[in-house]
Amino acid sequence: MSAVVTVQRRTARRTAIVTAVLAVAVLAVFLLALSIGDFPIAVPDVVRTLFGGGTVRDDYIVLRLRLPRALAGLLVGLAFGLSGALFQRLLRNPLASPDVIGVTAGSSLAAVLCLVTFGVTGVIVPAAALAGGLLTSVVIYVLAWRRGVTGHRLVLVGIGIAALAASAMSYFLTRSDVRIATQALVWITGSFARVGWAEVRMAGVFLVVLVPAAVLLGRTLSVLQLGDDAAMALGVRVERVRLGLLALAAALCGVATSVGGPIAFVAFLSGPIATRILRTGRPGLASSALVGALITLLADFAAQHLLSGTHQLPVGVVTGAVGAPYLLYLLATANRGART
Amino acid sequence: MLTETTTVLPRRRRTPLALGLVLGLVALGLAVVASIAVGAKGLPPSTVLDALLHHDPADPDHLIIWEVRIPRTLIGLLAGAALGLAGVIIQGVTRNPLADPGILGVNAGASLCIVVAISLAGIDSMTGYVWFAFLGAALAAILVYGIGSLGRDRATPLKIALTGAACEAAFRSLTTGILVTDNATYEQFRFWQVGSLAGRDSAVVTQALPFLIAGFVLALASPRILNGLALGDDVARGLGQNVAAGRALSAVAVVVLCGTATAMAGPIAFVGLVVPHAARLITGPDHRWLLPYSMVLAPLVLLAADIIGRLVAQPGELQVGIVTAAIGAPVFIALVRRKRVRG
Repeated sequence: MSAVVTVQRRTARRTAIVTAVLAVAVLAVFLLALSIGDFPIAVPDVVRTLFGGGTVRDDYIVLRLRLPRALAGLLVGLAFGLSGALFQRLLRNPLASPDVIGVTAGSSLAAVLCLVTFGVTGVIVPAAALAGGLLTSVVIYVLAWRRGVTGHRLVLVGIGIAALAASAMSYFLTRSDVRIATQALVWITGSFARVGWAEVRMAGVFLVVLVPAAVLLGRTLSVLQLGDDAAMALGVRVERVRLGLLALAAALCGVATSVGGPIAFVAFLSGPIATRILRTGRPGLASSALVGALITLLADFAAQHLLSGTHQLPVGVVTGAVGAPYLLYLLATANRGART
Repeated sequence: MLTETTTVLPRRRRTPLALGLVLGLVALGLAVVASIAVGAKGLPPSTVLDALLHHDPADPDHLIIWEVRIPRTLIGLLAGAALGLAGVIIQGVTRNPLADPGILGVNAGASLCIVVAISLAGIDSMTGYVWFAFLGAALAAILVYGIGSLGRDRATPLKIALTGAACEAAFRSLTTGILVTDNATYEQFRFWQVGSLAGRDSAVVTQALPFLIAGFVLALASPRILNGLALGDDVARGLGQNVAAGRALSAVAVVVLCGTATAMAGPIAFVGLVVPHAARLITGPDHRWLLPYSMVLAPLVLLAADIIGRLVAQPGELQVGIVTAAIGAPVFIALVRRKRVRG
């Protein structure tokens, strides 16, 4: 008994330390993103500007130009990390993340429709993307429903829906001028280049509601992990809780996609990376969210400064280039353990 | 899935099956004629026949038929047959009812290689694409199957499908990475990517033909192997088959067939998935009938989808890849819901 308690205490302490370190790292990269650029501003000056004591020039550069983009990276990363970890734990599969099972594909399709077919831009695009993502999630859930929803049926139906959405997308992309098509391609790769305060505010409002709800309802996850029967015996309404968590995860993913586009692999990899750092065998929600934010901020930093001159990569290209090899490594090792 | 042993078919089943195959061929012939006759400029069958028998290079109608419609129809026929056979083999070898080159990331691998070819090597002809499509398809197939079958429980449908989807995501993000920084490549690539029978050179057919013939021969020689594998590796070994060699040979056939079809027509999903299932409803699990049936039905479906695409969006047209996805994805989802797929 005492040995179990010791192990539990050690895991709890490790979780606390890792979470704290991750939070500090996220804060550091966030400040760095505000300070480095064409006009470097020292970190103390950045902090002073954030608290309202900056010069006119610093105010303009930090608050108007850099802060929306950095905040977008932070919020989108948090949301993707949280959403991915929720999906992976609910479907009990380390490979089931919203970008594989078709949730982000719906958002992308809606955005491509807006940009290419209807020719609208601005805040309508993220709003449509959010609606598209949520609608697709409902469709996937309904199609996977057959006296309850099992993880693998949901995943396979999602893969089918994703293929359908991808094919519709490539159709709309051939029907437009190549410049507009490229603009849409940048959107569906994921980029923060166009993000302004309006998008950040919208995402902030949603996340203030969604994140606490996910954390509260997420407490039942460890009970759900015991299996449906055991969870029911412990007094958890399994189907209802699972539906609620899936809806929250889909909404988080939809909000994140609406701001930055479906940035590849952030939702997919945050959970597994957090698991590895924590060594608990499953992704904690807080640490996954922080890992997501860290990846996104770092990748966007690299995307802005990797190419010299005026060229900027979309952030999704960076996460894709780094994420793809790591993913293959992860697939190889995850399957070897047969932990599905 | 395949539980029935059918080494010897009773004679009374053989005749209707052979008749059905003849019927399928007749339907395919009609589809070919329709594919030549139907389009932006409708041509009466008499003109079609006239053009086929007495080719007059000065007549614009004959020119349309020989330069546009016939290459298009030929590519549909060949790519369809290749995809149908590849679908049967891939489903048989992986014992996975949901296997399809589009879902398993083979197409995405071919796409990535072609984008690299356009962007770095400056290749700009369909005839040049073929080799790179091949290379990409082969590498992707090996990668997906290799990673998906690691682990104690070997290659389950879910693991293969997920690995395929994950690899596809990886390939696609690398592809877009190249495309967003290179406008000229994107201008070329987006028309290949959508999957179409139109605008392909007839030189593509001549170039692909040797590979297709090799693939067809390999595929049509494989029913014994596939029937054996359907019973499980141990039984197949007990029947005196060399399981590893059989698997490898089938894999080569799949890569050759998928690679060539993708190189000719672009990534066309779901034909390889849906047609074998439809054929299996008619023939049962015996691969000696399943393979020829799929080889006839798949081009029929592809040509029909192409004709539908030409008719519904006049004066423009829907690319065949869009039509097959629109038909195929619902069928895929219905299969997932109906079958007790092994997790």
